[in-house]
Amino acid sequence: MNDVSLPSQQSYVQPKTIEPQTPPPAPKHRPWTSTRVVGTTWLTLWIAAGLGIIWFLLNSNHVALVFGGEGLLPVSITHNATFLSRYGEKFISGFFVTLQLVSVSMLLGVLLSIPLTIMRMSKSRILGGIAYAYVYFFRGTPLLAQVFLLYYGAGSFREPLQSVDLWWFFRDAWNCAILAFTLNTAAYQVEILRGSIESMPKGQWEAADALGLPKWLTFWKIILPQALIVSLRPYGNEIILMIKGSAIVAIITIYDLMGETRRAFSRTYDFQAYVWAAIAYLVMVETLRRAWDRIEDRLTRHLKR
Amino acid sequence: MSFARMALATLMSFTAVSALQAEEITKLRIATEGAYPPFNYTGSDGVLTGFDVEIGNALCAEMKVECEWGTQEWDGMIPGLVAGKYDAIIASMSITDERLERISFSRSYYNTPSTVAVPKDSPVTEITPEALDGLLIGAQGGTTHSVVAEEIYSDSDVSLYPTSEEYKLDIENGRLDAVIDDLGVLQSWIDSDEGSCCKIIGSLPIQPELHGQGIGVGVRKGQEELAERFSEAILAIRANGTYKTINDKYFSQDAFGE
Repeated sequence: MNDVSLPSQQSYVQPKTIEPQTPPPAPKHRPWTSTRVVGTTWLTLWIAAGLGIIWFLLNSNHVALVFGGEGLLPVSITHNATFLSRYGEKFISGFFVTLQLVSVSMLLGVLLSIPLTIMRMSKSRILGGIAYAYVYFFRGTPLLAQVFLLYYGAGSFREPLQSVDLWWFFRDAWNCAILAFTLNTAAYQVEILRGSIESMPKGQWEAADALGLPKWLTFWKIILPQALIVSLRPYGNEIILMIKGSAIVAIITIYDLMGETRRAFSRTYDFQAYVWAAIAYLVMVETLRRAWDRIEDRLTRHLKR
Repeated sequence: MSFARMALATLMSFTAVSALQAEEITKLRIATEGAYPPFNYTGSDGVLTGFDVEIGNALCAEMKVECEWGTQEWDGMIPGLVAGKYDAIIASMSITDERLERISFSRSYYNTPSTVAVPKDSPVTEITPEALDGLLIGAQGGTTHSVVAEEIYSDSDVSLYPTSEEYKLDIENGRLDAVIDDLGVLQSWIDSDEGSCCKIIGSLPIQPELHGQGIGVGVRKGQEELAERFSEAILAIRANGTYKTINDKYFSQDAFGE
């Protein structure tokens, strides 16, 4: 018996799925609304400011085009970059001092912030109180004051520090700077980490509990990976703030990028010192921003379609 | 009154005012650092004082102008003058070629050498580069003395501090092996209670290519007339004994130089 008529293969494919459409409308003439005028004006001003800075840098290094000459081309570029040849090397060394200072203290800050976060979130009132007081103090006072107090303050406690054999550590300005920056950034990092962990819904803990997973495993495998996605941007912000905040370190004789800038400026009174410093800080922050975009793409790839 | 006329009138009144200023200056705004004892500092009563300030007041009296003092951080001293925030700098500023490119100076009103001080128990007795080789020397950043330190003691480790107050703290607490600064600054510090930690071991000969031509009054470029009036006033107070009175109040020897 074969009277059940199967639909022919043809009928599955519709001959015409899309009706011919009318062509898209011609682009409309966009009117010059006041918003557009303001926007365009701003953009023009920004471009002009950028060109102005480039012109300023070229001008202060006496870059000029010379027509005619013996080379292959009829035009050659001359320059007289006395500022850069004299202070360029110092700028680069200052740049690396800043990088080193920020990266070392950020890493140490991560290590210090983990136990402090655990303390801060613990049920013990004493541990929680200690961590709370720590964060309260280091977030509530300026970094400048902390660096100054730690360096010059330690100096006035030389004898007690010598008696416990710690003076060698505090004698060195670099150690004091790293310590002060670490203590400061750890306080901020505790709050970033705590906030992101607490932002995870309670249901995640309960579901894991229902599956019989131990608490530490739930934290390590379920809560923390998600919390880190939330905290990624705040961490990036914290690094950027540290990069710029580290510019005060010259008060304790460490010549970072800003210190070298001020030194070059105090010798030459040439404003290009500050322009180069701004560019160098921008490069650092922009590199970090791009790296952070990559990391975020990687961490959130399961959320993308 | 039409707009054009009004504009013209305003313009004319401005030119009248500036012409008046060019003729006779009656009021001057003077900047100093305020953190460089004994030359310029804020006394215990909160009033700005020091050798620079007293000399400045004497100069103003001599020039018969009213002077108004203000403090300015050292690094911004010259840009502030150029930007017109004040009319003159009397802040122990050396007349160097680099500074002369930006501003003008009067003649010098004092000239004292770079001097080295060490802790009292220091084994260092000489100020040769060899004697200070490998040691930690403190100086105030942006000063001619810091340039001298970096040029002459290139084998030593020179640390630069924001003001003289900080390197004094650091030699007291033993972080520094030596400090270098103006003779007057170190002398008055060592004579005070705070400076009891240390002693002066010698002064470097004045080198014009590093030290410049002594300490002068800084004014904006184009105001050489004002600089000239300061120079005349300096010589006048030098001649009438006012300078000596002020000098003896601060120093045991004559700071004028030359």
